Amino acid sequence: MIEREVSIRNRAGLHTRPAASVVKLAAKFKSEFFIIKDGFEINGKSIIGVMTLAAEQGSQLILRFEGDDELLAAESIVGLFDRGFDEV
Amino acid sequence: MNSMNAPEEIVLHGIAAAPGIVMGPAYLFEKHIPRIEEKSIAAEDVEREINRLKNAVARSEKELQKILSLAEQKMGDNKAKVFEAQIMILNDMILFNAIYHRIERERKNSEFVVHGEITKYQQVMLSSSDEYMRERVHDVEDVKNRVIRNIQHEKILSRFDDHSIVVAPILTPADTILFSRNEVLGYATDSGGNTSHAALFARALKIPSVVGLKNVTSCVHTGDYLVVDGYNGVVIVHPSEKTKTECRERIERFDAFEATLNTLRSLPATTIDGKHIMLTSNIEFPEEIDYVNAQGSEGIGLYRTEGVLMGRDSFPPEEEQYEQYKTVADKAFPHSVIMRTFDIGGDKVMAQEHFEENPFLGWRGIRLSLDRPEIFLPQIHALLRASVRGNVRIMLPMVSGLKEIRLAKKFIEEAKAKLRQNNVPFDEAIKIGVMIEVPSAALLAGEIAQEVDFLSIGTNDLIQYLLAVDRDNEVVSSLYQEFHPAVLRTIDHIIREAKRHHTPVGMCGEMAGDPLATLLLLGLGLDAFSVVPTVLPEIKKIIRAVSIVEAKEIASRALAMDSEEDIKEFLRINLAAIAPDIPLPEE
Repeated sequence: MIEREVSIRNRAGLHTRPAASVVKLAAKFKSEFFIIKDGFEINGKSIIGVMTLAAEQGSQLILRFEGDDELLAAESIVGLFDRGFDEV
Repeated sequence: MNSMNAPEEIVLHGIAAAPGIVMGPAYLFEKHIPRIEEKSIAAEDVEREINRLKNAVARSEKELQKILSLAEQKMGDNKAKVFEAQIMILNDMILFNAIYHRIERERKNSEFVVHGEITKYQQVMLSSSDEYMRERVHDVEDVKNRVIRNIQHEKILSRFDDHSIVVAPILTPADTILFSRNEVLGYATDSGGNTSHAALFARALKIPSVVGLKNVTSCVHTGDYLVVDGYNGVVIVHPSEKTKTECRERIERFDAFEATLNTLRSLPATTIDGKHIMLTSNIEFPEEIDYVNAQGSEGIGLYRTEGVLMGRDSFPPEEEQYEQYKTVADKAFPHSVIMRTFDIGGDKVMAQEHFEENPFLGWRGIRLSLDRPEIFLPQIHALLRASVRGNVRIMLPMVSGLKEIRLAKKFIEEAKAKLRQNNVPFDEAIKIGVMIEVPSAALLAGEIAQEVDFLSIGTNDLIQYLLAVDRDNEVVSSLYQEFHPAVLRTIDHIIREAKRHHTPVGMCGEMAGDPLATLLLLGLGLDAFSVVPTVLPEIKKIIRAVSIVEAKEIASRALAMDSEEDIKEFLRINLAAIAPDIPLPEE
């Protein structure tokens, strides 16, 4: 299991479009993927779950990965968060 | 009356949203909130129940795919993204596996479980303090209701008959896109305004529409015969034979009139005594320009750049805006396009960040742009870059005084300097203008005219602010009077002041497209009219039928009158004498 802390960088926050990018990317990995915000945990492979997070710019999130390809999954998904979902 | 069984004719009044008259059978498009009953199912039926749900999900996805591809064709990839997210929810295996497990474990009917599971997420979203997030609840609601409807009535949506009139409580962009096929005869809705996206698409696609009918859905069943009169904002349910005959005659008359208008398309908008009037169109999307050109428009007098925001979560980056603005400029070339900077807030899109008690008097238009350079500057950059062929003008909305104009110009100069520095080409002589829609700006028209290259009167807001009437508020909407004596005098003042400083002045509000106002506005000295493209040929016909001398006489007499009734009656008589075949709404 790997846990990483990330923050939301883009202005609009983790809204529909970034949520879709996160879920699409997560689907490429076998590992389980959870997002934790303020103690509230959702499955990062569920679009409707990620949509409910309402994480705005500056929010701190914990990403948890568990599975065979967890290293790879963590690296690429954390990268996506760090790039502000490529939309800043 | 004639037959014992013939249902009685019902006449409903609403808002004319797109012109034209059509007759045909109704298709009642009910976005009913499905009734969810909790039912237990037998153990041996669980598999069947899950299959019912799987089929409903598959059907829902098919429907959404259809909407998505229509949206992509008609509105471009970006605006279609909303529907993509809805499809992703249908494919959310975490969500649906939870639902399947509950059906198995609890042995409950699928719609009950779907409703329960999805509503949980909606409640979390609703508890958010983020306005945008609370808005997204509607998207989830749409998906949920679509699935439940597909579980319950397995075929209802696919049974839409071509050549029907769609009757609905309200049409969302998704609905409009779904129905915006040529086979739809017309639209009639309970709510909605003239400026809604549904109305806008209906006009662009020439689908006769009446909105704001309040209770049309409760008077109409699928299959009922209807007349939709998109000129007068009237819908007739169960028309009598006599009414039908009358309507057929009117349709023929209008068709004949349309045909004469066709010959006008290539002729200039010039008065009998030779004054050329800039007759242009209002648009919101690049897709509208082909139609506008076909109508014989001399360019775009108002391009609402808010179109680039539709269906988006965030402000598009400069590059994306640039592409859209460039497309508009290129499609309109060699004619010019007046591009209005974002007029958001008020009734417009994206009020996500800020909730206001009274948005019409709040943070909108230029106020928001000046407070948020990170929104304004990329837009200015994109507009300047799109101006490279010299046919783009920039217009600032909601200006209330000189300070805002000077500040905005400073931003524009800053942007120009930056582009020069980076050797990015743009039109150095680009013209900057202002919308006159706030009474304070109207009073200061002279001073403003010295500060900018052109003025454009926005009548919808000007009248609303001048008369202190919210026209969407049914209780007072009758006080919204386009021909109120104070409105005429204010317009007269603006035009005089602009002329005194040799600054061209146009009008892009609804009044510019009202045939009853054309003679008056010509007489007051208006140089440019920007109108809804559908009415453009009619307005041209009136312009070509009158001399400025005559129009001036009419305007000065109208200005001296003290009641809206007298002014309208006077204008009606004059219009009937000068252009007898112009169809006017019946009073």
